[in-house]
Amino acid sequence: MANTMQFDLVSPERALASLQASAVQIPGADGDMTAMPDHAPTITTLRPGILSVEAEGGTQSYAVTGGFAEINAEGTSVLAEQAIPTGDVTAELIDGLIATAAAAAESASAETKDAAAKNLADMEALKAALSI
Amino acid sequence: MPSLKDLKNRIDSVKNTRKITKAMQMVAAAKLRRAQEAAEASRPYTERFNAVLGGLAASVGGSDSAPKLLSGTGSDQTHLLVVMTAERGLCGGFNSNIAKLARAKAEELTAAGKTVKVLTVGKKGRDAIKRDLGDSFVGHVDLTEVKNVGYDNAQDIARDILARFDGGEFDVATIFYAKFVNVVSQIPTAQQIIPAAFEAAEDEGASTLYDYEPSEEAILADLLPRGVATQIFAALLENGASEQGARMSAMDNATRNAGDMIDKLTIEFNRSRQAVITNELIEIISGAEAL
Repeated sequence: MANTMQFDLVSPERALASLQASAVQIPGADGDMTAMPDHAPTITTLRPGILSVEAEGGTQSYAVTGGFAEINAEGTSVLAEQAIPTGDVTAELIDGLIATAAAAAESASAETKDAAAKNLADMEALKAALSI
Repeated sequence: MPSLKDLKNRIDSVKNTRKITKAMQMVAAAKLRRAQEAAEASRPYTERFNAVLGGLAASVGGSDSAPKLLSGTGSDQTHLLVVMTAERGLCGGFNSNIAKLARAKAEELTAAGKTVKVLTVGKKGRDAIKRDLGDSFVGHVDLTEVKNVGYDNAQDIARDILARFDGGEFDVATIFYAKFVNVVSQIPTAQQIIPAAFEAAEDEGASTLYDYEPSEEAILADLLPRGVATQIFAALLENGASEQGARMSAMDNATRNAGDMIDKLTIEFNRSRQAVITNELIEIISGAEAL
C-alpha cells in the first residue's frame, strides 16, 4: 500500500485510533463518503453508522453515534461522540441507544422532530447493519 | 493539668487521626493519577473540536443568521452561573474557593442590575452558596452516585442548560470550576460558555478552505450544542483532578500537623511522668527525714 494518510479517531473520553490508512468510509449526515489520500478538504457531520478504516493490517470498523469528521491534506480525523469497535458492540448497548433516541424523538419539539426521527431511524439501521 | 491517663488517650487518638489522613492522602494520590490520565485523554478531542468550531464560528459568526448560541440573544440581562464543585469535602479550600469566586461574580452582576440564576453541580458548592444565593437557585445536578465522570454526565448537564436556554430562561451562561495547575495549586476559573467565546482561530487553520457537508450553518448548529457539552466535560475533568490534588495536599498537611501534635503531647506526657516520679521521691525523702 503505497498511498496512505494519517487517520485519527478520537472520542471525548479517549483517543481510539491513530494510524496510517489508505481509505476511510465515513457515515456522513448527507450520505456515506469514502476519504482517500488527497481528498479535498471537507468537514462533515456524522450520522449513527459504521465507520470503516482500511489500513495495512486489514479493515477495522467502529460503530459511531454522531460527531463530525475533518478531512484535509494531512489526513482524516473523526471526532465521534461515541465510538465502539464493532466487535465490542453488544445488543444491550445498542438497544439502550435506540431507547434514548426513541425517547428523544418522542419528546422532541416540532422544529427538532425530523432530526430526532432521523436519528432514531439511523440508530435502527445501525443495529440492522451490525446484525446482532 | 491533664492526668497521665488523659494524655495517653489523646496521643492515641491523634495517632489514629494521622493514620486516617495518611490513608486519605494515598487514596487521593492514586485517584489524582487516574483523573489526570482522563483529562489527558480528552485533550485531543477538545483541542480539535475547538479548532474546527473556532474556524467555523469565524466564518459564519458575522452574519445575521448566526445561531443564538454563538451570537447571544441580544441582551445580557439574565445570567446563569453554573457552579461546579466536588461532592465531598476534606479537600482544603477547593470547594470554598470556587464558591467564593461564584459569589463575587453574583454580587458584581446583581450590583449592575442583572438577574442571576444559579445551577449547581456537586453537593458541596450548593451547601456553600445556599445561604447567600439560595433564592436564585434553579437547579442542582447530583453526581454523588457517579464514580467516574463520563461524557454522558457532561451531556446530561449540557442538555439541561440548553433546554433552559431555548426556553429563554437566561442570556449568558458561565461555568465555574477549578483549573488544575499542580498538586498545590488549583485556580478557580470562570468561563463563559453561552454565547460561545472563542480565542481567535490560528492563521494556519483558517487558511484551509473546507467543503462543508451539509452547509456551514447546519454544521455549526449541530456543533454548538456539542461544544457546550465538550466544555462542560473538560471542566468536569479539570475539576476532578483539582479536587484530588487539593485533597492530597490538604491531607498531607493534616498528616504533618498530627505528627507535630503527637511530638508535643509526648513531651508533655514525659514531663508529667517525670514530675510524678520527682514528687514521689520528695515525699519519701521528706518522710524519712521527719523520723
